[in-house]
Amino acid sequence: MIAYIVRRLLLLPVVIAGVSVLIFSLMMLMSPFSRLALYVRDPDALKQGPEELAEMVEALGLNDPAWVQYTRWMNEVLHGNFGWSESARQPVLQAITRLLPASAELTLYAAFPVVFIGIWLGKKAAVYQDMAIDHVTRVTAIVGWSFPTFVFGILMLLLFYGMHKWFPPGRLSLWASRIVYSETFTSYTGMHTVDAVLNGDLRVLGDALRHLVLPVITLAYVSWALILRLMRSSMLETLRQDYIITARSKGLSERVVVNRHAQRNALLPVTTVAGLMVANLLNGVVVTETIFNFRGLGAFAATAAVQLDMPGILGFSLFNGVLLVVTNLVVDILYASFDPRVRLE
Amino acid sequence: MWILKKLFTRPLSIAGFLLLFCFIVVAVIAPWIAPPQYPHQPYRIPRDGYWAEPKPPSAAHLLGTAEGQYDIFYGVVWGTRTAFRVGLVVTLSGCLIGVFIGSIAAYYGGFIDEILMRIVDIFYTLPFLVAAMVLAVVLGRSLENSMLALICFTWMGYARVIRSEILRIREIDYTQAARALGAGNLRILVRHIIPNALYPVFVMVSMNIGSMVIAVSTLSFLGLGAELGYADWGQMISLARNWMLGSAGDAAAYWFTVVCPGVPIVLFVLSWNLVGDALRDVLDPRMRGSR
Repeated sequence: MIAYIVRRLLLLPVVIAGVSVLIFSLMMLMSPFSRLALYVRDPDALKQGPEELAEMVEALGLNDPAWVQYTRWMNEVLHGNFGWSESARQPVLQAITRLLPASAELTLYAAFPVVFIGIWLGKKAAVYQDMAIDHVTRVTAIVGWSFPTFVFGILMLLLFYGMHKWFPPGRLSLWASRIVYSETFTSYTGMHTVDAVLNGDLRVLGDALRHLVLPVITLAYVSWALILRLMRSSMLETLRQDYIITARSKGLSERVVVNRHAQRNALLPVTTVAGLMVANLLNGVVVTETIFNFRGLGAFAATAAVQLDMPGILGFSLFNGVLLVVTNLVVDILYASFDPRVRLE
Repeated sequence: MWILKKLFTRPLSIAGFLLLFCFIVVAVIAPWIAPPQYPHQPYRIPRDGYWAEPKPPSAAHLLGTAEGQYDIFYGVVWGTRTAFRVGLVVTLSGCLIGVFIGSIAAYYGGFIDEILMRIVDIFYTLPFLVAAMVLAVVLGRSLENSMLALICFTWMGYARVIRSEILRIREIDYTQAARALGAGNLRILVRHIIPNALYPVFVMVSMNIGSMVIAVSTLSFLGLGAELGYADWGQMISLARNWMLGSAGDAAAYWFTVVCPGVPIVLFVLSWNLVGDALRDVLDPRMRGSR
């Protein structure tokens, strides 16, 4: 077990290096001038004439062989210099650390209903197979899975902001953001709801929650189908096992059989898609934040992509790659420690 | 035969096939129900002036006009063709690449297998949409480029599935029997293993077409896909973004700019998902016997 963890940890830098090579090769498709911004610390340097820029390209060696440039770029990245993001008007690393809490807040609030309601409904659908609840959840899941995030989000916005003004887009109302960014309000985590509770300001908490409702529903609705369907099929398979029949024949109540004997084992395969779910949520965040004008990492990535802001895009992709690699590692290790049948060599 | 019988007795799968059939009909008769204004560029949506504000449905524009006076009805009809093209081309190309790489990995095994599967792992660590966005940006804005970008990041799933299927089938008795009869490696692979390993891939393709249509329309929505004025559902919805709040007196004044292109996307993806769901139930051996 420990040997496996060590091996995976040793493999981690290899995979991350592979990701960086992949990202770098994408970038090499661009002209040297578009790649200049990756190396520049002072944004004003980019506003010079064509001759000066050509000189900079020469000085930074952007016409060198690809592998020379790759080692040079990795060197910069390892020293914490990810370049200047023109779309966010700040260094990439700073933009990511500042915007991360907003996206984390959104994703966490969305992940809870997805996981818990998804698992609960999936269990119900399996236990009551071919009854009303099974059909209803099947249809809702398939319809939800068929909704592009941006269509669903825009419809929500049309209904609950355009027509009813209940839930506005953005992260905070103007008055609330004045409080949050004032001297008296301490920012502990950068997540507005948590900070509001820690500062004891219930009005700001209410305002932050009000802005979170629509993005959270949008992000959750389109990704809960996966967990629900998986939990259902896994539960169906478990309920057919011999030990369930044994449990029933011992005279245990159906509730104990389902909740104690079946559910635990049915949950195992579901944990393996956690990595996939994180990837799904990350994709969803890009679109959701753009629609609701929610200033987080996803919106940052979308603007960076549209404005051809290469350093911004690269920083975001690298961040995502590392996040996913680590998630998958944690999931695999957890899975192995949950299930004694999984042997790791 | 029992497969067809099973496919056409479940209400949800019938609904899926019916919906799909309707879309095929619309795609085929597009030139008759929405005659192109520019015969050489049928995918260019005709405009009625350059006024920004969308106009509600009328006799001249059955579903109204979007921002910039693009005719919504025309875009929805020809967008059906775009959706079929995008979904089929992206999914099938990704599938071909994946099957090719997965088969090679399984066939040669050892070092080559290890290398190819690590490459698959690396591609998997990039979030699909973001990676496709980056490549679409690098290649430049057009529908073809966004399709290419998606193809580059969809093949990995097929490679993994076909590889594990081949490894599984290689050990099954009938493969051993063929080997005992003296069949060569290539013959066993092409005649016995790949045809049997293709079922799960087939199901994956039908389940993925819908997601690919969503992905391409998302790229278009973000401004990285089809050019402005191209008959593409995602692009038409992006034209509606600025008009969400309605006009002064009527908050829902421009609902049609979202709903008219939005409904076809959802139904199109839904039809493929229903068909895919039905195919999986029928073809997946583990599901046989259960309902």
